[in-house]
Amino acid sequence: MKMRRIRCREEVCIGCRLCEVWCQVEHSKSKEIINAFLRETAFPRVRVEERGPISISLQCRHCEEPNCVHACISGALYRDLETCVVKHDASKCVGCWSCVLACPYDAIIRDDAHNRVLKCDLCEGREEPICVEKCPNDALIVEAYDAL
Amino acid sequence: MHCKYLIIGNSVGGVAASEAIREIDKVGKIVMVSEEPHRVYSRALIPYFIAGRIDLEKMYYRDANFYEKNDILPFLGKKVIKIDFKDRKAEMEDGCKIGYKKLLLATGAAPFIPQMKGLDKERPKDGFFTFSSLDDAMKIKKKIESGIAERAAVLGGGLTGLMAAEALAENGIEVTVVELAGSLLPGVLDETASHLVEEHLEEKSLKISTGRRIVEVVGEESVETAVLDDGTILPCDLLIIGAGVRPRVELARDTGVRVNRGIVVDRRMRTSVNDVYACGDCAEDYDFLQGDFRLLPIWPTAYAGGRVAGFNMCGVEREYRWGTNMNSMHFFGLRIIVAGSITENGDDEVFKKICGDGNYRRIALKDDRVVGMILMNEIEGAGVLLNLMRAGINVKSFKEELLSNDFGLISLPEKLRQEIMT
Repeated sequence: MKMRRIRCREEVCIGCRLCEVWCQVEHSKSKEIINAFLRETAFPRVRVEERGPISISLQCRHCEEPNCVHACISGALYRDLETCVVKHDASKCVGCWSCVLACPYDAIIRDDAHNRVLKCDLCEGREEPICVEKCPNDALIVEAYDAL
Repeated sequence: MHCKYLIIGNSVGGVAASEAIREIDKVGKIVMVSEEPHRVYSRALIPYFIAGRIDLEKMYYRDANFYEKNDILPFLGKKVIKIDFKDRKAEMEDGCKIGYKKLLLATGAAPFIPQMKGLDKERPKDGFFTFSSLDDAMKIKKKIESGIAERAAVLGGGLTGLMAAEALAENGIEVTVVELAGSLLPGVLDETASHLVEEHLEEKSLKISTGRRIVEVVGEESVETAVLDDGTILPCDLLIIGAGVRPRVELARDTGVRVNRGIVVDRRMRTSVNDVYACGDCAEDYDFLQGDFRLLPIWPTAYAGGRVAGFNMCGVEREYRWGTNMNSMHFFGLRIIVAGSITENGDDEVFKKICGDGNYRRIALKDDRVVGMILMNEIEGAGVLLNLMRAGINVKSFKEELLSNDFGLISLPEKLRQEIMT
């Protein structure tokens, strides 16, 4: 089975945070940049970490044995066995933050305003995740590999 | 009746096992038996339900069609009273027998109820409840909704007790927490964190009584007052017990299945009897920090252990290697994450930092490896730290980063980061 995940080539990531911007737009109701930032409470599901000249764009690795799914007390997190995507049903999430502790990559983002978490869904419905498409340096790439 | 896989228990461990089995074996008959009449719900969500943050429908851990979808035959509200491990048959209360090829004991744990004068465990007074079953949760909810619950006493200042106290307080109930130990969350937090929690809860008008026991429950039909060991009288309409759990090992006791404090299993979740497995709160799990097996009655352990059991039950070798003490909790908005060792130990090097607004970080090292953490409020980086703990990474070169509020993968040396990300 084909698994996909996004990888950041940190040697060319410049920390421009366009991945965050476009992720927020893509996951907004309007999918329109001004509305997404000024009139909606949308949030990105990718986070850029920086230390001096180094930066990395971090998002869910869609693990084969996802610790976050194991830790989820509400059943909101699950792994789709057909697409190999780790999914999150926000309507079931209670904001217990168990997945925040479980994820080895810190790829789960807390949405304190709504007591829930947010995570990368590989832009369901899009051919290519928006962050990959919009990355000006091709620092973000989609890796496909075979599941064990 | 006969089946290939018999699972006793219908909570997270049993569900994880059945899902793992179905990934491998699509046809082998699975039977699940549970004392509780409900389809699988999440015990960990009870505080959210009582607080009114979620409705009953959200209590359910899986969709209503879970059993049908996974081709599982559920016997809910049925109790297994005896197992003949030699003939591979489980006997139910109604006399019905179920034969099996592989058996999973996922019987969980029962709330520990200390001795108190005036308490008949068989016929508890109205208003006396535990905080670990949906039945009790629905009764508590009804009491609250009828408006007759104004005051509550909660026995236990651990995780369950405090989450219960918060949930009740959010309903406008006046709550007193009674804890036997000298501080809150004993064994879970260190002294500093425990004090911060206590201050925070008192600010939210919870009454805390540490170093105390409830010795008597007074009331004819209903709970009226709880009497403490120093003579203090607490008038209460609700008395909630949240004082820890004991593994339910009665089906394994005095059989060939080895039982220590919990059912003894190996890393493949096999008990001492062939083709009999155990997982979750009833079993002793492998703690990678201690390199030994012990009771770890927490959600992720039950799921991961159940999943490993399920794979092994259908012949796929898997080991459970990543268990240790870990918890995520929150009380009135104060977030706390703990993992690993929190006790002061001479060999450990401990880094601590308090910086206002309830922010506290404590990282314990042993031989330059992370062995324990407490993060309060700023919990970012928790998963990266836990992973360093699991992988036994030497952190000497970036020790100073560990206490930084924005600790994350970026804080690690490039080579290590690349290794983790691959």
